[in-house]
Amino acid sequence: MKPESESAGVPAVELKGITKRFPGVVANRDVNLRVMPGTVHAVVGENGAGKSTLMKTLYGMHKPDEGTITLNGEQVVLHNPSDAIARGVGMVHQHFMLADNLTVLENIVLGAEPKRWGGFGLNRAAARTRIREIGKQYGLEVDPDVLVENLGVGDRQRVEIIKVLYRGARVLVLDEPTAVLVPQEVDALFEALQVLKAQGLSIIFISHKLDEVRSVADDITVIRRGTTVATADPKTVSSRQLAELMVGSELPSPQTSESTVTDRPVLEMKHVELVKDGRHLLRDVTLTIHAGEVLGLAGVEGNGQAELVESIMGMRTVDGGTITLAAENITTWTTRRRREAGIGYIPEDRHRHGLILDAPLWENRVLGHQTRHPNTSGPLVNRAGARADTERIVGEYDVRTPSIDVLASSLSGGNQQKLIVGREMSGNPKLLIAAHPTRGVDVGAQAAIWDLLRNARAEGLAVLLISADLDELIGLSDSLTVILRGELVAQVDPSTVTPEQLGSAMTGAGEAA
Amino acid sequence: MNKLNADTARRIGLSVAAPVLAVALSVVITSIVLASAGNDPVETFTQMIEYAQEPRTTTLIINAAVTYYFAALAVAFGFRMNLFNIGVDGQYRLAALLAAAVGGAVELPKVLHVGLILLVAVIVGGLWAAVAGLLKVYRGISEVITTIMLNSITTALIAYLLTADKLAVQVEGSNNIGTPEIPASGRVGGIDLVPDSKLQVYGLIVLAAIVGFLYWFVIERSRFGFDLRATGRNEEAAVASGVNVKRMVLISMAISGGIAGLVGMPQLLGASYTYSLDFPAGIGFTGIAIALLGRNTAIGVAIGALLFGFLDTSSQILDLEGVPKEIVLITQGVIVLSVVIAYELVRRYRIVAQQREVGRQLSSAAGSEDSKPQGAQA
Amino acid sequence: MSTTLEETPLEKKAPLLGLSKPWRMALYAFAGLVVLSLIRVITGANDLTSAGTVNAAVMLAVPIGLAGLGGLWSERAGVVNIGLEGMMILGSFGAGWIGWQHGAWAGVLMAIAFGVIGGLVHAVATVTFGVDHVVSGVAINILGLGATQYLAGELLADSPGGGETQSPPNSGLPKPSIPGLSGLLEPLESKHWFLLSDIAGILRGLFTNVSLLTIVAILLVVLTYVLLWQTPFGLRLRSVGEDPHAAESLGVKVRLYKYYAVAVSGGLAGLAGGFLAIVASNLYREGQTGGRGYIGLAAMIFGNWRPGGLMMGAGLFGYTDAMQLRNAVAVHALLLVVFALLLGLTVLNLYRRRWISAGVGLVFAVLSLIWYLNTDELPGPITTMTPYVTTLLVLSLAAQSLRMPKASGQVYRPEGK
Repeated sequence: MKPESESAGVPAVELKGITKRFPGVVANRDVNLRVMPGTVHAVVGENGAGKSTLMKTLYGMHKPDEGTITLNGEQVVLHNPSDAIARGVGMVHQHFMLADNLTVLENIVLGAEPKRWGGFGLNRAAARTRIREIGKQYGLEVDPDVLVENLGVGDRQRVEIIKVLYRGARVLVLDEPTAVLVPQEVDALFEALQVLKAQGLSIIFISHKLDEVRSVADDITVIRRGTTVATADPKTVSSRQLAELMVGSELPSPQTSESTVTDRPVLEMKHVELVKDGRHLLRDVTLTIHAGEVLGLAGVEGNGQAELVESIMGMRTVDGGTITLAAENITTWTTRRRREAGIGYIPEDRHRHGLILDAPLWENRVLGHQTRHPNTSGPLVNRAGARADTERIVGEYDVRTPSIDVLASSLSGGNQQKLIVGREMSGNPKLLIAAHPTRGVDVGAQAAIWDLLRNARAEGLAVLLISADLDELIGLSDSLTVILRGELVAQVDPSTVTPEQLGSAMTGAGEAA
Repeated sequence: MNKLNADTARRIGLSVAAPVLAVALSVVITSIVLASAGNDPVETFTQMIEYAQEPRTTTLIINAAVTYYFAALAVAFGFRMNLFNIGVDGQYRLAALLAAAVGGAVELPKVLHVGLILLVAVIVGGLWAAVAGLLKVYRGISEVITTIMLNSITTALIAYLLTADKLAVQVEGSNNIGTPEIPASGRVGGIDLVPDSKLQVYGLIVLAAIVGFLYWFVIERSRFGFDLRATGRNEEAAVASGVNVKRMVLISMAISGGIAGLVGMPQLLGASYTYSLDFPAGIGFTGIAIALLGRNTAIGVAIGALLFGFLDTSSQILDLEGVPKEIVLITQGVIVLSVVIAYELVRRYRIVAQQREVGRQLSSAAGSEDSKPQGAQA
Repeated sequence: MSTTLEETPLEKKAPLLGLSKPWRMALYAFAGLVVLSLIRVITGANDLTSAGTVNAAVMLAVPIGLAGLGGLWSERAGVVNIGLEGMMILGSFGAGWIGWQHGAWAGVLMAIAFGVIGGLVHAVATVTFGVDHVVSGVAINILGLGATQYLAGELLADSPGGGETQSPPNSGLPKPSIPGLSGLLEPLESKHWFLLSDIAGILRGLFTNVSLLTIVAILLVVLTYVLLWQTPFGLRLRSVGEDPHAAESLGVKVRLYKYYAVAVSGGLAGLAGGFLAIVASNLYREGQTGGRGYIGLAAMIFGNWRPGGLMMGAGLFGYTDAMQLRNAVAVHALLLVVFALLLGLTVLNLYRRRWISAGVGLVFAVLSLIWYLNTDELPGPITTMTPYVTTLLVLSLAAQSLRMPKASGQVYRPEGK
């Protein structure tokens, strides 16, 4: 791909032969990475390829079992994040590392506090001045005295970057920084990165979004199955080529075949309102999903998607409007009754809402179906029935596991998700709610789950699909609705809309359809 | 299949290993404490064990264990759902007082009379615990705090109720006061379980066995038990699966309190027949310790109850030998602390071992599978 | 990075009358004093604000406050410490055992040392081994009780004037007064004028016969505020209780700070026990702590995990305790105080549009008024309940505005381990 011609000067970061093992798996094997000063270096790879493990190694969060780390020509051993920080390496985590109940200032200076009273006191005034300076220098301004819990996603990310710059970092590691941002915020982030780069900082940019990578990076390193497989020049490589490097084979894409939509409504929501502490979480939500239809719900996270799902599931009581399932008014039904009536639910966070991690697989199969055959008979649990049916799911849905007696925590994310899909598809559901069904699963499982959703649709299920992956949303949906601040603000046609247009609609920035 | 059997054997081995280790460790620490005060540990334990083998002591140990068993089951029931019922202590005392008052006030045929007393105890205990349940469900206040407060309130309430113009009468021949004695129809006779003992084992040992069986059956085999365990292990997932957690909290607190209501019954119906100022207190806390030791299972808790019964009863001999009998309190405290640590270590070891096992089995078989276990990142 | 995403800001409570917080608190305190004074004048229960009551209240509040302060340190670092009671027991024994042999100050130091040992055991279990915090706390309470009873049997049984359940008396600590103050204020207090006499009584109660250890306790509250909120050390400690993984990612040694916090927590609880054995009485006695560790925890929650609030909570408990020890008329008048407080709370809740809380508050207010009007005195045990019932009421009515450290009670496991 790219010859090593540009490598004049000392690299800011050089990783050689990094290997890191966890119990039972090798997360990184013989990884090599060279990052030059004043560049944006992208590290790409599919979910679970070992990017985050590698970055944790670089940030001193764990020690590699083999290999060396060299910073500005000096070989170092990083025992903990403090070592990394001291050597000018800063990390912006994918899940923000911010304490909600502390102020922006407190979050920024934590661990590197300016002192007063002869080194004993915390000098907030000096910190404020310094934060303002950084804000001016890099164009990252934020009020230091507000509580972090009152900030939006974009502001939080800004705080994270200031936090790193405050410590004098010369190497910034950004772990999937765009995952939670809408396209417009992504553009703003990229502008900021250009400013940082111009001031001589090196940026390691971890992502699996190839178009973004090609537009922002100066160099690209590809990781596959825990090891670095290639470097590439973003000016010449195509997304397709990159994708093949990442996957090692043809990339699957979420395309639906011809429409199976019927005119038989399965789920109808009419003027649904949800109010908490005088604030509207959902306002006048009206939507219909027909049998055989996938309705995609697009929106920036935190705009009411979770609340909408929980309203349908009966986990929240709506404050107005009606919800109808197959012509039956279920507005006041309990979650259990709704599930029995045929709602399947693939939750957004499978560890929190979908599984009992320290229970065996067969008990997890019973979860959500505690009242139904073959799991229970009368008031008792039917162990034999539940176990047999778990074996069936493991077989039919290709859940890779040595036995149904292992704890759910020992399965990989993709296999956990396949188990959940299999479970939710059993018992003849009418409606399937799929919230981020492929989040955090590997490419193989992703394709399998897409297939399962397509099959469900073909069998006449109504599917509500929520996803942050706009390609997935556009590719799988028969119709798309945009949610913004708890309101459904736009209907768009998935066959004509582009991700950029969808992004505009999601932020309320423009008209999409 | 052979492999699975080996796995099961290892699992059982591991779960037995933790409490055995804990007990061994506490014996060692107790020995060190004893030795540092100039007492001979071997001598001390030998005396306790010999004393325990006397028929009279054996009976006392079993009787203590029966009482402890109810207390520990009450705590364990809450634990299974991540509810910490520290209020068992208050619940059983209030229940025993009111049950004693009712039992002493009425004359009924034998079975009915006993039944009524037990029913009152269960209901009082259940309702008193439900107060904490209600406050948790509707006001979001941790049951740890409320049950602690309710314990203190109970003490004051009993002091208020157990006065001569309320529920109590003067006990003849002493300055103790208590509820009127329960007539013969409301008493439960003892059983000659231990040969050569002049004392009898509480008749309510039968009730303890029944409650223990029901506990196992409900928790392990019923749908209700499945919901309860699911809620205890992952409340949010339980909600998503259709469990009405608020209802479960209320019901579980009430059941826990109901079992707690039985704690005072062996003593009340089998020995004292009255609730007086010197009715045993503090058993609720012993119950917490035993529930932890027995890992909240019906069998484990039974063994734990016997162990604590042994320690408490046979330590009586020590005072005669010049060793403060409170040494067993140290043993008990160390057991509780070390058993939870041991369980935690075993739990971690098991998760890691299983992930490694799954990873190994799959990486030999897998094609494009990403076999990295999720737990390793968490 | 322009943010197009605007989160709706959290509903801000409109500050009452637009006053800043310290002034608002002062206003509340003054209003409370006026109400109390009014009730004293109406009922003639002069003990409500007498110097004797106030002095006793302080004496009773200090151990609760110190235990609560211990709880605050621990919970601010994310460790729930229900073992305060056990650490207090250890402290009272340490003070009693050393106090009679080597003097009161040595006893104080031993109390702290014993408490720290208890704290370290809790830290080993919860921080190093990841045991559930409440479970470990309960175990420490059992262990603390057992260890002191055993040690008392070994170490105190043959002591002069001591025995298996109590230590010989110690010499105690000086209780200085502000010279001349008592003579100045006492005549004013005995006039029983509205407000003036109340203020005189309270001041006399606060500034005469104050034990040195009380002064130390108050300084510790101030010191806690300064350390936890005005120093880098405190910021790190609190960050550990709010989001340990964020703290860890910035190089804060999470476990170390938890150890610091829990050890200090134990030391404070031990000191609370020491206060009982040296100031409140002059010897160690079995059962001396009487559940004050738990009450300290309640006072801490009452005070919303803040030192100032904690002091108010401890003061409230101390005050109700003191009332019931002093006289029945005044205790009965307390019902009227409860009525006034609940009424005030109801008005506040109405103002903040919390209808349910307001309703519940009103019902209890009316009930306490009816109770007051229909009785002449309160039985002793009922008064004993007052602090506990008050705590439950406060928790039920004000739970929404309480804010505990976010990661409190969670078992922390470092990344990648």
